[in-house]
Amino acid sequence: MHSPAKRFYTVLRLSMGSAISVALTLVGLIFVTFAVGRLIPIDPVVAVIGEKAPQDVYDKVYKELGLDRPVYEQFFSYVGKVAHGDFGTSAFTGHPVVQDLASVFPATLELATIGILIGVLLGVPLGVIAAANSGRWQDQLVRVLSLTGYSVPVFWLGIVLLLIFYGQLDWVAGPGRIDIAYDGLVEEWSGILTIDALRAGDMDVFYNALSHMILPAMLLGLSSLAYIARMTRSFMLTQLSQEYVTLARAKGAPERTVIWRHALKNARVQIITVCFLSYGFLLEGAVLTETVFSWPGLGLYMTNALFNADLNAVIGGTILIGAVFIILNALADIIYRFADPRTA
Amino acid sequence: MKRRQFLASVAAAALFTGMAGNAAFAETPADTLVIARVIDDAISFDPAESYEDTGTEVLHNVYETLVGNDASDMSKMTGLIAESWTFSDGNKTATFKLRSGQTFASGNPLTANDVVYSFTRVVKAGKSPAFLLKQFGWTAENVDTMVKAVDDQTFEMKIGVDYAPSLVLNILSSVNASVVDSKTVMANEKDGDFGLAYLKDKSEGSGPFVMKTWKPNQTIVLQSNAAYRQGEPAMKRVILRHVPESASQRLLLEKGDVDIAVNLPGDQIKALEANPDIAVQRNNTARNLYLGLSQTVEPFTKPKVREALKYLVDYKGMTESLLKGEFTVLQSFWPAGFNASLDENPYTYDVEKAKALLAEAGLKDGFSFKLSVRNVSPAIDIAQAVQQSMSAAGIKMDIVQTDQKQFITAYRGRQFEAVLGTWEPDFADPHANAATFALNPDNGPDAGSKTVAWRNSWKDDAINALTQAAVKEPDEAKRTEMYKDLQRKVMADGPYVGLVQRIRQTAMRANVKDYTVGPATVYYRLVRK
Repeated sequence: MHSPAKRFYTVLRLSMGSAISVALTLVGLIFVTFAVGRLIPIDPVVAVIGEKAPQDVYDKVYKELGLDRPVYEQFFSYVGKVAHGDFGTSAFTGHPVVQDLASVFPATLELATIGILIGVLLGVPLGVIAAANSGRWQDQLVRVLSLTGYSVPVFWLGIVLLLIFYGQLDWVAGPGRIDIAYDGLVEEWSGILTIDALRAGDMDVFYNALSHMILPAMLLGLSSLAYIARMTRSFMLTQLSQEYVTLARAKGAPERTVIWRHALKNARVQIITVCFLSYGFLLEGAVLTETVFSWPGLGLYMTNALFNADLNAVIGGTILIGAVFIILNALADIIYRFADPRTA
Repeated sequence: MKRRQFLASVAAAALFTGMAGNAAFAETPADTLVIARVIDDAISFDPAESYEDTGTEVLHNVYETLVGNDASDMSKMTGLIAESWTFSDGNKTATFKLRSGQTFASGNPLTANDVVYSFTRVVKAGKSPAFLLKQFGWTAENVDTMVKAVDDQTFEMKIGVDYAPSLVLNILSSVNASVVDSKTVMANEKDGDFGLAYLKDKSEGSGPFVMKTWKPNQTIVLQSNAAYRQGEPAMKRVILRHVPESASQRLLLEKGDVDIAVNLPGDQIKALEANPDIAVQRNNTARNLYLGLSQTVEPFTKPKVREALKYLVDYKGMTESLLKGEFTVLQSFWPAGFNASLDENPYTYDVEKAKALLAEAGLKDGFSFKLSVRNVSPAIDIAQAVQQSMSAAGIKMDIVQTDQKQFITAYRGRQFEAVLGTWEPDFADPHANAATFALNPDNGPDAGSKTVAWRNSWKDDAINALTQAAVKEPDEAKRTEMYKDLQRKVMADGPYVGLVQRIRQTAMRANVKDYTVGPATVYYRLVRK
């Protein structure tokens, strides 16, 4: 038996070790992004000043960007700034990158969280049902659903959903995060509109925000559901062929207990990994979903940054995404320790 | 288990009902204009820094310039902040008499000192638009001696170059020459930044609207200015919503959640025209598309070859079937619908004539070359149409698609054989385009100004001289003729195959009236619903 205190210290010790590897990973991330930015055949000055600027403006910006200094010097000065939380100014928004990310990330976080909830709450049970009824109609149904989630273009499905539920049925609100009538009514606190609305106690704003969110979140939910359900199914199939399952059945345990108690319990570590991975993918920002639904999130921001060859914004966003994955990994690690007695 | 399922579905149903009631058809309020638009190009709403389409359109509605286009007749220049003006001293001094009793939205009176401050800060801040005013021979060092307030109502400026008065007025009508409330902006300067940080996302002007909020890639909200000199506009609020996807824009418009959709492609516009609730308006824009033929590449140096290529574009077929009303044919360098436009498109698709010209140039079997194209629609579609029509004369054109920024880098660096280029003038005067398509005084690699002519390595001394002379010509009618002459000459011999000019197709709810479009803006103050 392990005391909770001992568990805590184990986690802490491992966390210290991972903190160092996290720092190294981040520096590596900056290095690769920085190098790519210097290798592409795009003049960073032209990217900032545009096509028409005269030569004197060009020379001025060239100096401002520090391009007259050696590349290694540019790199170290950049890393130094990043270490102090200064990611520079985005060329295409004109704002500090940190400020931009702070405004786009909550929008993505909100959508991704609802999306992953849909994905997990539906995906895991569907995967289990499919495995328990392997080869039967339930399995086929889940397979079709998964295939749809995998293969139907998000772009097309998004427009079709909008046409039906917004255009024809009027069940939900259209593209955007909030109706104009409700815009700016609640004070911005977390940047997550539903939370800010609840905090202000304004249910009208809350429902409106939710109504705007439901379609894109379902779309994201469907794609993670597809992945989670398929993976859960295969993990469960592995478990159900194990001897302990046969033993449990032989002992007369009801099939429901065998599946949901015994087998699922043993598959849960793998399922947790898959869920966290899906969450990570959603948090990167879903470019196409965000485009169709005019959702001002990270995906749209990063796409714009890439098309504008806006290196500061690209590196800033990349580091944020990297950090999100690292944090999710760490979280998943911690949850394993509690979910799987062997790792504690 | 059963009971829990039931509770869950009840909760879900309740949630949906709440939202459904909320999302029912919502017409925009009668005094609010909602525009769906792509606004992600905006980086600042400071006249000293803004240089993008969205910024220009908005700034014209929140600030005023000394002079500007007459909304009732766009070809005429009229006084806005200025009541009258005179040029003296051989057109080297311009004196503007300001209308009396004008105030900013803040309530501060508008005086000649505000004009002095506004012009000075544009030059000294040295951002992209600074070059507009620097054309007058102004620099950060000398601008203080070039502009002055004679008294509260009289502004005087010295012009260090030989510019025709009409050109000076056209430059002063550009949005970057807007007059800002110097008292408020000066009070908010930080570390000598001329208030650039302060004015980034708000307005301190005297125009019909005041900028309330800008959420990048989300919304821009304008509020009417009750103190506007021509009276408060009918629309109390104008909201620009960022909707990047055109299908979403169309859906919002059809549902009535927006009044106007700006960025709809030709096929969407066609589909909307059948809808009685929607009206479509077409206006010329100043954006053109052309092929540039580098004069460092054989056989483009041969005049006969350049001429032959001009007969190898199916102008009519391209604009009618491919571009569906989004573009119209434009073969000269200055767009139709603007002062001094040529309105002549002499070339037609004529394969036999082109073949004959190629044979005269000793290339009866054609040749091959690479065309650099930005990887966006409709540039690619246009390139493919040109590729097809040129193949009829045995010319093999390879299309090289690159990212936008990569394209500009290569074009500015002269790293191409031929390009599909696009241009939009910086101010509403033919010199804006003549200065780039015709002028190239220094063809060397380190030239101070990398004009389009320079990029194509095309230097013609007679054309240079004609361009320089037109800049100075004080007689307006004569000046217009000079630009028409210049356009004909560049069209006949220049290294460009002029293709098309963009048409702005705007779809709006049928109840939107008086949507008035100017050379660089939309007059929100005139719109009624």
